[in-house]
Amino acid sequence: MTLSTASSSLRKRRKSTEHVDHHVGGGRRIGSHALLIILAIYFIVPLWWLLVSSTKSTSSLFSSAPLWFDHPADFIENVQGLFTHQGGIYWRWLGNSFFYALTGGIGATVLAILAGYGFAKYRFSGRGWVFGLILGSVMVPLTALVVPTFLLLSNVGLINTPWAVILPSLLSPFGVYLMRVYTQDAVPDEMLEAARIDGAGEFRTFVQVALPMMKPAVVTVLLLSVVATWNNFFLPLAMLNDPNLLPVTVGLNNWTKLSSTGAGGEQVWNLVTSGAFISVLPLLLSFLFLQRYWQGGLAIGSVK
Amino acid sequence: MATMTSPTHAKTSAEHEPSTVARRRHRTGWLFVIPFLAVFLLFLIIPLAYALWTSLFTSTLASGTEFTGLDNYAKAFTDPIFLEGMGRVGLFALVMIPLQIGVALLAALVLDTLATRLSQASRLLIFAPYAIPVVIGALMWSFLYSPSFGPASTLFDAFGLQAPEFLSTNLIFGSLVNIVTWQWSGYYMIVIYAGLRAINPSIYEAARVDGASGRQIALRIKVPMISSSMVMVLIFAIIGTLQFFTEPVVLRNVAPGVIDAAYTPNMYAYALAFQYSQFNYASTIAFSLGVLVFIGSYLFLYLTRKQSGLNR
Repeated sequence: MTLSTASSSLRKRRKSTEHVDHHVGGGRRIGSHALLIILAIYFIVPLWWLLVSSTKSTSSLFSSAPLWFDHPADFIENVQGLFTHQGGIYWRWLGNSFFYALTGGIGATVLAILAGYGFAKYRFSGRGWVFGLILGSVMVPLTALVVPTFLLLSNVGLINTPWAVILPSLLSPFGVYLMRVYTQDAVPDEMLEAARIDGAGEFRTFVQVALPMMKPAVVTVLLLSVVATWNNFFLPLAMLNDPNLLPVTVGLNNWTKLSSTGAGGEQVWNLVTSGAFISVLPLLLSFLFLQRYWQGGLAIGSVK
Repeated sequence: MATMTSPTHAKTSAEHEPSTVARRRHRTGWLFVIPFLAVFLLFLIIPLAYALWTSLFTSTLASGTEFTGLDNYAKAFTDPIFLEGMGRVGLFALVMIPLQIGVALLAALVLDTLATRLSQASRLLIFAPYAIPVVIGALMWSFLYSPSFGPASTLFDAFGLQAPEFLSTNLIFGSLVNIVTWQWSGYYMIVIYAGLRAINPSIYEAARVDGASGRQIALRIKVPMISSSMVMVLIFAIIGTLQFFTEPVVLRNVAPGVIDAAYTPNMYAYALAFQYSQFNYASTIAFSLGVLVFIGSYLFLYLTRKQSGLNR
C-alpha cells in the first residue's frame, strides 16, 4: 500500500487551480454553479427548518408556515422550557453527550495512536497477522456487537453505568488503520534511529520525535471517533435505562416518542425542535472553525 | 531534536542486521499495540465469540437452557421476518449506495473544476449534515415529512396538488433513502474530493492537448485515478447500509403502522433481546448479520482489489 497524505498534495495543487479554470467555458461554469446551488439548498433546507422551528411554540409548529419564523422571541421561552421540563434534564443529556464523546473519542484516539505507531514502526513477530485481524474487523458491523456486549456487561454489573457506553466506544479498528498508514510514510525511520542514537528511549522517541509528525492523522482520528461516539444511538439505547444517564440523541428520541403517542401534557414538540437545534450547534461550529484540519485529513488512507 | 544520521546507516541497523538489540527493540512494539489489543479482545473478539456461544443454546420456560447446536441458525435462515429484513436492507443497499455515491461523485467532480467562493461555500453546506447526529437528522426529516408539520402540504397546495404522503407504506422506502442520502453524501464527497485534489493536474493538460473534453477528462481520467477513494467510500456505504437501524427506529415514532419492529435485521435483534428477552435467538440474528456483512464487504474488497490497491 503506497499512501500519502492528501493535504500536502492539496497544497501543491492549489497553485495550478487558476490554470484549470481557464479551460472551463463560461456556460459550463454557470451550469456547474447552478448545480452546486441546487445541491446546497437540498442539504441546508432541513437545517434551516430546524433553526426556524427552534423558535416556535408547539401550537405555532402546527399552524404557521414551516420554513419561516412566526414569533422568533418564543425561542427564549423554549430555552426556559428546556430548563424546567423534567427538572432541566435536557442539559444533563447534553452534558452526558459531551462526556461520552470526549472520553470515548479521546480514549479511542490515544489507543489508535499507540497501536498505529507500534504497527508502523516496529517489526515484532506476529505483527502481520495481528494487523490483518484488525483490518478484517473494520468490516464487522459494530452494531452486531451490541446485543452480546450488553449480555457480557450485564454479567459484570456494568449495564446502566457510563462505562457501558464509554468502554465499547474505545474500539476503533479503522482509527488504527489510519494511524498506521499515515505514520508509515510521514515518520521516517531515519529520524527515529537518530533519536535513539542520541540516547532517547523508545517512549521518548515516540513522544518527542514521532508524535509531532503524526498530528494531521491524530486530528482526523480524534474527529472521526468523537463524531462517532456523539452520534451513537444503538449502544446507549441498549445499555442505559436511567434517564439521567442518557445522551441527548436517545433523550430527544424519547421525547419524540412521548409526544407522538402521549396526551397533551406530554407533547413537547417545541422542546424537541429547540433541543435538537441547540444540540447540533457544538459540532457544526467546530467543523466550521476546524476546516483547515479535517478537509485533507478525512481522505487519509484512501489517497494513493 | 536529534541530529540526522545518514539514511543508509539507519537502514542497516533497522532492517538488514536483525541484531539482538534490534530484535529486543522491535519487541517493544507490543507495548504500543497491547492497550488497543486489550480493548479489541474485550469488545470485539469476546462479544463475537459470546454471541456465537449464546446462539448455540435455547432457553425455554419448560426445560431451561439447553444446548441446541445450530438449531437457531436453521430457524433464522428460514425465519421469514429475518429473511425479509435481510432482503429489505439488500434492496436499500442497491438503491441507496449508488444514489449517495452518485451525488457525492457529481458534487466532487464539479467542485474540482471550480475555485470560487460560492463553490467553497457549497462544499461546506453539502458536508454540513455529517456534523448532525443521525437521530437528529432523522427527527428533522420526520417533521418535514409530517402532513401536519411539514412544508409539503403548503408547497403542493400552492399548485393545487395533493401532497404525497411520505410516511405511507408506498413511500416510506424512498423517504428513508432520502434521509440517508442527505446524511452521508457530503462526507463521501469530501473523501472523493480530496482524492481528486491529489491528482497531478498536468495529466489534464496532456489530455486537453489531445482534444479531450471536460466530461471525458472527468470520466476517463479522474474517476479511474480515484478508484481507491471510491472503494473506501463504497465499503463504508455497504457496511453502514446493512446495519440500518437508527433512521427506521426514529421514523417508527411517527409511522408505527408502516415500519414494524423488525423492519431491519438490527431492529429485529434489538426487539428480540430487549422486548422479548429472547437473548439466544437475538444473538443468533446479530451474529448472522455480522457474518453476512463481513462476507459481503470482504467479497466486495476482493473483487475490487485491483482498484483499491489493497492486493499487496
